[in-house]
Amino acid sequence: MRVFHDSDTIVAEPWRTKAFPILKDLIVDRTSLDRIMAAGGYISAKTGGVPEANSIPVPKHDAEESMDAAACIGCGACVAACPNSSAMLFVAAKVSQFALLPQGKIERKERVLRMVEQMDKEGFGNCSNNYACEAECPKKITVTHIARLNREFIRAELT
Amino acid sequence: MTLDSKIPSGPIEKKWDSHRFNMKLVNPSNRRKYTVIMVGTGLAGASAAASLGELGYNVLAFSYHESPRRAHSIAAQGGINAPKNYSNDGDSIWRLFYDTVKGGDYRAREANVYRLAQVSGNIIDQCVAQGVPFARDYAGYLDNRSFGGAQVSRTFYARGQTGQQLLLGAYSALSRQINAGTVKFFPRREMLDLVIVDGQARGIICRDLVTGKIETYAANAVVLATGGYANTFYLSTMAKASNATAIWRAYKKGAAFANPCFTQIHPTCIPQGGPYQSKLTLMSESLRNDGRIWVPKKKGETRKPQDIPEEDRDYYLERLYPSFGNLVPRDVASRRAKEMCDKGFGVGATGLAVYLDFADPIKRLGKHVIEERYGNLFDMYHEITAEDPYKSPMRIYPAVHYAMGGLWVDYNLMSTIPGLFVAGEANFSDHGANRLGASALMQGLADGYFILPYTLGDYLASTKFAPVKMDDAPFKEAQSGIEDMIKTLMSINGKKTVEEFHRELGKVMWECVGMGRNKARLQKALQEIPKIRDEFWNNVKIVGAANDLNAELERAGRVADFLELGELLSLDALHREESCGGHFREEYQTEEGEALRNDKKFAYVAAWEFAGVGKKPILNKEPLEFEYVKPSQRSYK
Ligand SMILES: Cc1cc2nc3c(=O)[nH]c(=O)nc-3n(C[C@H](O)[C@H](O)[C@H](O)COP(=O)(O)OP(=O)(O)OC[C@H]3O[C@@H](n4cnc5c(N)ncnc54)[C@H](O)[C@@H]3O)c2cc1C
Ligand code: SF4
Repeated sequence: MRVFHDSDTIVAEPWRTKAFPILKDLIVDRTSLDRIMAAGGYISAKTGGVPEANSIPVPKHDAEESMDAAACIGCGACVAACPNSSAMLFVAAKVSQFALLPQGKIERKERVLRMVEQMDKEGFGNCSNNYACEAECPKKITVTHIARLNREFIRAELT
Repeated sequence: MTLDSKIPSGPIEKKWDSHRFNMKLVNPSNRRKYTVIMVGTGLAGASAAASLGELGYNVLAFSYHESPRRAHSIAAQGGINAPKNYSNDGDSIWRLFYDTVKGGDYRAREANVYRLAQVSGNIIDQCVAQGVPFARDYAGYLDNRSFGGAQVSRTFYARGQTGQQLLLGAYSALSRQINAGTVKFFPRREMLDLVIVDGQARGIICRDLVTGKIETYAANAVVLATGGYANTFYLSTMAKASNATAIWRAYKKGAAFANPCFTQIHPTCIPQGGPYQSKLTLMSESLRNDGRIWVPKKKGETRKPQDIPEEDRDYYLERLYPSFGNLVPRDVASRRAKEMCDKGFGVGATGLAVYLDFADPIKRLGKHVIEERYGNLFDMYHEITAEDPYKSPMRIYPAVHYAMGGLWVDYNLMSTIPGLFVAGEANFSDHGANRLGASALMQGLADGYFILPYTLGDYLASTKFAPVKMDDAPFKEAQSGIEDMIKTLMSINGKKTVEEFHRELGKVMWECVGMGRNKARLQKALQEIPKIRDEFWNNVKIVGAANDLNAELERAGRVADFLELGELLSLDALHREESCGGHFREEYQTEEGEALRNDKKFAYVAAWEFAGVGKKPILNKEPLEFEYVKPSQRSYK
């Protein structure tokens, strides 16, 4: 919004997708993303019952890549930008963040299956490699994570 | 009102352990019979709700946000402290305890601070286990950096998004409990009143922000984890929606409000562009680790900062505080910046800014190191100001940032109303008169993960509860009170918007109760604020309807509360005739312009008790004793 010219047309519209019902004006209900999270977007660590933080080193490269994915703020811009209303970039970011960490590897199978199942249930579309999501994402989440999501999913289906 | 801090006896390092042993437990099979209301799902609320849910309690969690992910905790950039001593630089629980008591200018409770330092290491363990991607070194171990006011590297961070990552961690733990059915989450619900039955907090009144419906919920205990009240100042680094309504309405129902005048100004914010700007942006103070602060030596300097040679620059913090330099605590850094600008050395279009320069560290460490450390902060600065901080120094200026004050709580985090607990920034707890950097995230998560789950259990196990029904009188009365208030607000139909009133209040607050305070200006604030409030109730215009999604109406209720809280804040500031931490009274300073405490008269927590709107509240005092860290005048020379 910083760079525009006089008499340019600026279009403002609510995030348009079936999975984000409109509440009023530009306000939509994005709780479908929270339900995807509740389906499996976590590591089942109990409060208190965890090892000392430095007991499991994580290769810097993995930690950095996990951090790249974790930057997702769950805004839904990727969904709104996608011609299929796919939430793959969002789900991929979450799955990727955990799959890259040793702590997250243990539940990787159930996690990806449950999150993808919920994503489908909420009525989000599928990815057809448009990359509109990556272009709009304010946190620079890349489609490489979608590739990882696909790998994780196939791996989980086959094992 | 009697204030019993319930500090356990015994040596400080044993207090928490022996207290935990002495606390009553709720039998696991009985826990689901107890309902706990959690208002707020930021760091403190989400971690508490997740932990209580996991223990088996029946938790009802509320937020005016659409998702727990939206809580203001997400904005925290810099980091979270824990004395793990991974840097082998001599850190310990004792040192963090000592630094926090001293940094808080001896206005915090020693026992609470010690406990905070004690459990802070566990927080890092917990977050790592949840998959929080903290920064690591090349061997794969966790990396640390040093942060304002500390001489050791004890701050854990996740790029410039530590708050976001910790919040997402707590939110994922909460999501897991929502999935398990132990926590029910109510999005877009704003708590508007507390329900008290037989002297116990037993429920809340909420507005469904989508339909406008007023709802009632009952429980055995209520927790407020609703964040801070810095938006009383209108312009602050808080999210626009952050507000004090939950704690303020609880105050009006009898919970004491402690040290409201202890608010913090953050030294490194992007300066205001013009009068209509409604929000300020913080640049993490971690920037002060490498950045050097300076102003031109000449007043009215017109050269570009890059063109000003070394000898014409005044690195005033390094000059005044040779051992701490740019890392002096926030209040000192803020006051000095204002002083420089007041004297005419300020830079930028408004003259209300100083430079924060990275040319040296970029030369010394290379651009890639600075990029790795602060990349997203530099991007943010670039996006907002359209200036590239890799090339020319940033301009920064102080802004209101944090509230150390809040509802008074005892060692168990219970307010003066039995069954009403308060966690996170909403309570007054552990930071005294000044919070050190990277300590709020620590406190919020300590409260939520490691303190409330125990102390709340003890309360539930040792209290008798009469059955309550939603149509009992206390619920009905509270509900109709709120319905009446909304009706009144909607019917005023005046000429000014809510925002205008908030801006007017903010102007008075910043000018009279901001960085430097004095008797005359505080008295002026106490005259002005009630006038604005009276006009608000006669001349505010709220468009839209009450039974609909109505952002104006939401704001109106919040601003109505700020208009009362602002008065209490000023009154507290007036009564505290000393300078300490974030509270700087111009009349009380040393010859060198440092804050001058008065431990004889003011080593106490001021806990105010509501007496009616516009009536003088009652002052209750909790004396503070310092057995382990002997008060000394802070010196960062
Ligand atoms: C810009 C910025 C940067 C910061 N950086 C750091 C840092 O680097 N390190 C550090 O330690 N601290 C930092 N802090 C401070 C720290 O982020 C906050 O103190 C802390 O996150 C507060 O957490 P909380 O859980 O108490 O409240 P919040 O995160 O504010 O959560 C409040 C919750 O309460 C809900 N709520 C409030 N009122 C109601 C109501 N009436 N009804 C229903 N729900 C309600 C909200 O919806 C939300 O869920 C920073 C703060 C700011 C503003
Ligand atoms: S646009 Fe980017 S940040 Fe927003 S939800 Fe999608 S992946 Fe996350």
